[in-house]
Amino acid sequence: MTKILVDGVEVDVPPEFTLLQACEEAGAEVPRFCYHERLSIAGNCRMCLVEVKGGPPKPQASCAMAVKDLRPGPAGAPPEVFTKSPMVKKAREGVMEFLLVNHPLDCPICDQGGECDLQDQALAFGGDSSRFIENKRAVENKYIGPLVKTEMTRCIHCTRCVRFTAEVAGTGEMGAIGRGEDMEITTYLQSAMSSELQGNVADLCPVGALLPKPQNFRARPWEYQKTESVDVQDALGSAIRVDTRGREVIRILPRVNDAVNEEWISDKTRQVVDGLARQRLDRPFIRESGRLRPASWQEALGAVAAKAKSTAGAKMGALVGDLAALEEIFALKLLAEKLGILHLDCRQDGSRVDPSFGRASYLFNATVAGIEDADALLIVGSNPRKEAPVLNARIRKRWLKGGFNISLVGERADLTYDYQYLGAGPDSLLQFIQREQEPAKKRLVLIGQGALARPDGDAILALAAQAAQRRGGISEGWNGFSVLHAAASRVGALDLGFVPGRGGLPAHEFVKRGALDLVFNLGADEIEIEPGAFVVYIGSHGDRGAHRADVILPGSAYTEKSGLFVNTEGRVQVASRAAFPPGEAREDWAIFRALSGALGDALPFDSLTQLRKALFERHPHLQRLDAIESGDAGSIAKLAQHSAVAMKDPFVSIIADFYLTNPIARASAVMAECSALAQSRLRQAAE
Amino acid sequence: MSVRRLAEKQPESFEFTPQNKAWLEKQIAKYPDGRQASAVVPALWQAQKQNDYWLPRAAIEKVADTLGMPHIRVLEIATFYTMFNLEPVGKFYVQLCGTTPCMLRGSDDIIKVLERKVGPQRQVRVDGLFSWAEVECLGACCNAPMVQINDDYYEDLTPENFEKLLDDLAAGRSVKTGSQTGRSGSEPEGVLTSLTSLYGEGSK
Repeated sequence: MTKILVDGVEVDVPPEFTLLQACEEAGAEVPRFCYHERLSIAGNCRMCLVEVKGGPPKPQASCAMAVKDLRPGPAGAPPEVFTKSPMVKKAREGVMEFLLVNHPLDCPICDQGGECDLQDQALAFGGDSSRFIENKRAVENKYIGPLVKTEMTRCIHCTRCVRFTAEVAGTGEMGAIGRGEDMEITTYLQSAMSSELQGNVADLCPVGALLPKPQNFRARPWEYQKTESVDVQDALGSAIRVDTRGREVIRILPRVNDAVNEEWISDKTRQVVDGLARQRLDRPFIRESGRLRPASWQEALGAVAAKAKSTAGAKMGALVGDLAALEEIFALKLLAEKLGILHLDCRQDGSRVDPSFGRASYLFNATVAGIEDADALLIVGSNPRKEAPVLNARIRKRWLKGGFNISLVGERADLTYDYQYLGAGPDSLLQFIQREQEPAKKRLVLIGQGALARPDGDAILALAAQAAQRRGGISEGWNGFSVLHAAASRVGALDLGFVPGRGGLPAHEFVKRGALDLVFNLGADEIEIEPGAFVVYIGSHGDRGAHRADVILPGSAYTEKSGLFVNTEGRVQVASRAAFPPGEAREDWAIFRALSGALGDALPFDSLTQLRKALFERHPHLQRLDAIESGDAGSIAKLAQHSAVAMKDPFVSIIADFYLTNPIARASAVMAECSALAQSRLRQAAE
Repeated sequence: MSVRRLAEKQPESFEFTPQNKAWLEKQIAKYPDGRQASAVVPALWQAQKQNDYWLPRAAIEKVADTLGMPHIRVLEIATFYTMFNLEPVGKFYVQLCGTTPCMLRGSDDIIKVLERKVGPQRQVRVDGLFSWAEVECLGACCNAPMVQINDDYYEDLTPENFEKLLDDLAAGRSVKTGSQTGRSGSEPEGVLTSLTSLYGEGSK
């Protein structure tokens, strides 16, 4: 640790800290544009100039100078930094004046206005008037993809976007061509970016040069009602902020959560917004002579109750989709218990994860932040770039540090980092387990749903457990056995035990023709329920599930209810209500409560608070928000003993189209555009 | 300096000749494993030489693919350095120095000759023989004014000898590189005016 004086305040910081970090430690505010905590240091905006004693006698860029670069004064007095001296004030005014030379004064028509770093800092650190009377430079706007709109005249060349795509996203798609005043930020010949994280460049842009295209001229920052929530587009549970104006969700932004998403979110998380307003189920429907007709709640619930009363428990089933919160899963579970339903399932993709193997068998035990502690990674049947792009960025971050050996069994794909390809199927995994080689110390074994959503999924799970045990995945203080889920509801539903009871059938069997007479479908749209059964669909969007339904009970999307979600690590997080469901749609748990009333045997709660109380009584670990109840590593050892025979088939990634994985995304025009672009890129690559 | 863009008319493809390929492999081998991108400037330079002194898009992509770099990284370099021509140039590409010493010694008159005989800057003459551009100091100030034509310097220019030089080049006659007034290097014109006790007649 090194002592340093910042404006007379002594702080003790590590010598490799930059002056800017030391200043922040001392509570001094230093303006900046190009510097960003999670990107490499560029030092090109010069806004963070400070005066130093013990270094060169001129203003220094504090982001690019380390504390250890400063010499102590005579008699060992600590070096000094001044952030408020006249020299610093003048230097900042000068830098600001130069930045504004070519920056248009179009704040009134700029979407960034109100949340613009340049605007704020010009006010706080700039001069009081302009001396510039010459013409300003104008720059052609560039096309860089469907998600980011450009207004390049506003660019101040901080290169944050360039560094983000090169370092975090790993695609290296943006660059700065030309030089000097003619430097321009662009993609290669204005091609669309291909990264699943490209939307983040608009957040990083300190000015209004890169803006989210779908939100173009929609609202001013101060008009938004801001709600902190969590994302359900993948199983990672990224921290988000939902911005609404009036009743409408306008945009979704990331929140900082170092344990999960740092400060990035995927494009699907961010731009699924317009899907929340389209294809909504806003009133109940009943199918009559083959056609769905609008109905009242009373009618619809009555129809379901009549059907349920005339059907035996053994001929009923309940299915939970990918976006359900704990509350409605719990309510459905209780309802199923009352009706004597054994055929329960939350694994519409046919995954063979099972709570009976122990909680550790279906969690991402290493935790997302734990990826950075791992020293080797084995990916089994997964494409993390598609299944959880933000988690993939974390893997890349670890890979960039070096000394991280990545191997992959499954489909070959561009994951933005190098890996050793071991093979396509279970045989290669078996060979890996039997290798005569020094095992890693902290290996992470990442098992994707591509390996588990198949008839021999339990055998693969056992093989993966063996791989973890024998190749350095399990040791004192390290459990590297990590299942990467693709559905936000999955871990929560498994925690609640929403799987077939004794004698119950799994989802892919009870949806077969003639298996059941009545199926409660809570937002499962990715499974085909064969003709025959009477289907009650509870969900928010008119997607595949609703088309198959006989009765539709309109529910709410994740931004319209307060709900608990358990992410792939087993972390319990709460999503908050940012808007209200449209029309007559209701919160899903309340639908089950009303349905139980119509059946004449009401569920024992009348409010969300009572429901949660009942939920926490049964499953106490779910009340510890933002905490992970870690699984028992011993169950991995037991799982490794599980005897089942793996087939020879290669693993296939479960995500065919990243942009269209759930009903909300399929309702979004923006996601459709991204998908079309990605597909045409795939076709081009194949040619 | 102005905004530089790739040429509108582009060849379909670009491939290094076997000699250039071998040469490039030697350049790449100079750098440690994983640092092949360091060879990007020599690679672009060789590509430009091979392609009549200008870089088509296909060459930029070829270099990027050869060195395992994203295309945009190579485009950044090609647009940054003005010695990489992004548009076709004449068979004789005249780079005229217009920086202070040359300007004081009459580069403006040389420009007039070029404008008359070749046309406006950065445009290839109809017969494809000449194009010209004004550049910053080429470091031959002692023999100002001067131009660089392809790889050679032509110094001590006057409108007359420069016009003759262009005519000779166009006609395919052999020309003398370096000083056009007979100087062998950058020694003073005429007789020594200083250090006479050390050099020339008066020394010893």
